[in-house]
Amino acid sequence: MTEKLNIEVPTMAEMMARGEEPEILFWVGCAGSYDERAQKTTRDICKILHHVGIKYAVLGTEESCTGDPAKRAGNEFLFQMQAMTNIEVLNAYNIKKIVTGCPHCFNTIKNEYPGLGGIYEVIHHTQLIQDLINDGKLKAEGGESFKGKKITYHDPCYLGRGNGIYEAPRAALEVLDAQLVEMKRCKSNGLCCGAGGAQMFKEPEKGNKDINIERIEEALETSPNIIAAGCPFCMTMLSDGVKMKDQNDNVKVLDIAEITARANGL
Amino acid sequence: MISQILFIALTIAAIAFFSINLKKVIRNIRLGRPADRSDQPAKRLTTMLKVAFGQTKMVVRPIPAALHFIVYVGFVIINIEVLEIMIDGVFGTHRIFGGLGSLYNFLIGGFEILALGVWISCVIFLIRRNILKLKRFMARELTGWPKSDANYILFTEILLMTAFLLMNAADAKLQLLGSHHYISAGAFPVSQYLQNLLPANEASLIAIERGCWWFHIIGILAFLNYLPYSKHFHILFAFPNTYFSNLEPKGEFTNMQSVTNEVKAMLDPSFTPPEGDPGRFGAKDVNDLTWVNLMNAYTCTECGRCTAVCPANITGKLLSPRKIMMDTRDRMEEVGKTLDKGGAAFEDGKSLIDDYITREELWACTSCNACVEACPINIDPLAIITDLRRYAVMEESQAPSSISSMLGNIENNGAPWKYSPADRFNWAKEN
Repeated sequence: MTEKLNIEVPTMAEMMARGEEPEILFWVGCAGSYDERAQKTTRDICKILHHVGIKYAVLGTEESCTGDPAKRAGNEFLFQMQAMTNIEVLNAYNIKKIVTGCPHCFNTIKNEYPGLGGIYEVIHHTQLIQDLINDGKLKAEGGESFKGKKITYHDPCYLGRGNGIYEAPRAALEVLDAQLVEMKRCKSNGLCCGAGGAQMFKEPEKGNKDINIERIEEALETSPNIIAAGCPFCMTMLSDGVKMKDQNDNVKVLDIAEITARANGL
Repeated sequence: MISQILFIALTIAAIAFFSINLKKVIRNIRLGRPADRSDQPAKRLTTMLKVAFGQTKMVVRPIPAALHFIVYVGFVIINIEVLEIMIDGVFGTHRIFGGLGSLYNFLIGGFEILALGVWISCVIFLIRRNILKLKRFMARELTGWPKSDANYILFTEILLMTAFLLMNAADAKLQLLGSHHYISAGAFPVSQYLQNLLPANEASLIAIERGCWWFHIIGILAFLNYLPYSKHFHILFAFPNTYFSNLEPKGEFTNMQSVTNEVKAMLDPSFTPPEGDPGRFGAKDVNDLTWVNLMNAYTCTECGRCTAVCPANITGKLLSPRKIMMDTRDRMEEVGKTLDKGGAAFEDGKSLIDDYITREELWACTSCNACVEACPINIDPLAIITDLRRYAVMEESQAPSSISSMLGNIENNGAPWKYSPADRFNWAKEN
């Protein structure tokens, strides 16, 4: 339950110095590294990795932006500069498998890096959690009980429509014995939180409503206890929406990794 | 004999005129940049069969899906009748397939039921557009010509089906009268109810039957020639459009090879980029887009499913993915007209960006892919938006100021926010 990170997070540099190789590299991402709210998710992903005994490492200060927001904003130069620099680092460490804490990093490394020489097996953290549950390595016991709690899951565009991953995050919630409710617009028909395509970094264009408000109203229609997210940008937009609607006391926005960590008392 | 000659001449003229216009459309599409879509032919074929032929993406909205399916099946199957009309027209025969007996009766009976289905569906479509005024059909880009275009198509289909049924009613009545030339053939489950509306006089019946026969076939030929001017082109283009559609994950944006060459040259001094001008980065005008984007524009039937699911549009922003496709086609047609007159195509001082699509529209996109997912025939408005953004950012260095600072941060600190790279790992130490 505590947010404190009582474990050492190994970096690639340290591991290499010891002559070791990790099973999987955890790509934290910019939001996961710097955004206070997303940092909690990052730490919970580490706790899960540690708990199941997977040999993992992070790049630490050697990590840099994947270039995703630059690419969506139209700056292909900057994207490819970032991509090639990152690929050089990843290839130097002989990385084979990557788990990301962000659907944008996931999409970019999985789909757009191979053409530039970066070929890795890439999974999103909700897929890792699903795999661990399927292998019996991760359950939902020893921690907070979500029994009977109403949870609605918001599909991040770059995980759902972008890459067709709808089941993994839901599988991670299904083990909780909670009550899963779907919003009207879900899965391939899911509504964007409003942050994609570099919108996260600018004010919205003139309109009659903010996209995250439209989305949060739909989420609140399901009268949930928890809105589950799988993306740090969605997390920001949804949390802001809940705040704007004065629902802070009734509804929590939590990442799938946070929910999993809590359910296991990590 | 005169009517046979007239028929043959009309048919040849109609097909020739259509071919000329189709050639122009193909020329316009070829203004686009190359894109390789020759991979995975088996998967492409399945996609086409499922999405275009099987209409699998229509079912999301069950009511229009059912109505559209009736019109589609009606269109395809009733056109078997056109084969008979063609043969009768050329050889001066009447109901040449009548000899098929019960099979013929089954076919004509089936056509009549479908014709009624098409008739009813088109009336419902007209009601949805003009009386119920569904939100999807009331957008600012659907005023003027696009609105009339949709209504013309529906009216024409209603008229064609009416003519077909009236023709059969008159024919059946003439058969009963034992009129010369009108052999006993066909079953008329629908048009039998129209018989009482018709006069009893043989000469008038023949006039009605012939009139409807000519109206039906001229109508079909005219409709064919209307396609190149209309949003209705999708009845042909849906097939190549789905065949050549993107098979990669929707989240994946293309990596620009021209940029790869430049970046490699920057990072590795020993790398020599290929000879030749890399061309413009991104798209300012239609010739900077790929032929797939341009074919998409001709394929769009302006149904607005994209716009109805666009988060920007839903929340009142200017962006409408449907308008992106319509603007692309309009600009292409404008360029095409200049080419028809033998003029220089891109020297009119206009461009797709600004003259058709504004920056405000471009920057409202969240790249969420809802429009791409919603399109029943795999049109990709996001690819065009992305290429226009690329032009704005890379060729003009024009972006909203907050976007420029985000890009500056990535360039300087390797993160979209102004944080030091040295602090990137602090999350593991702080609690």
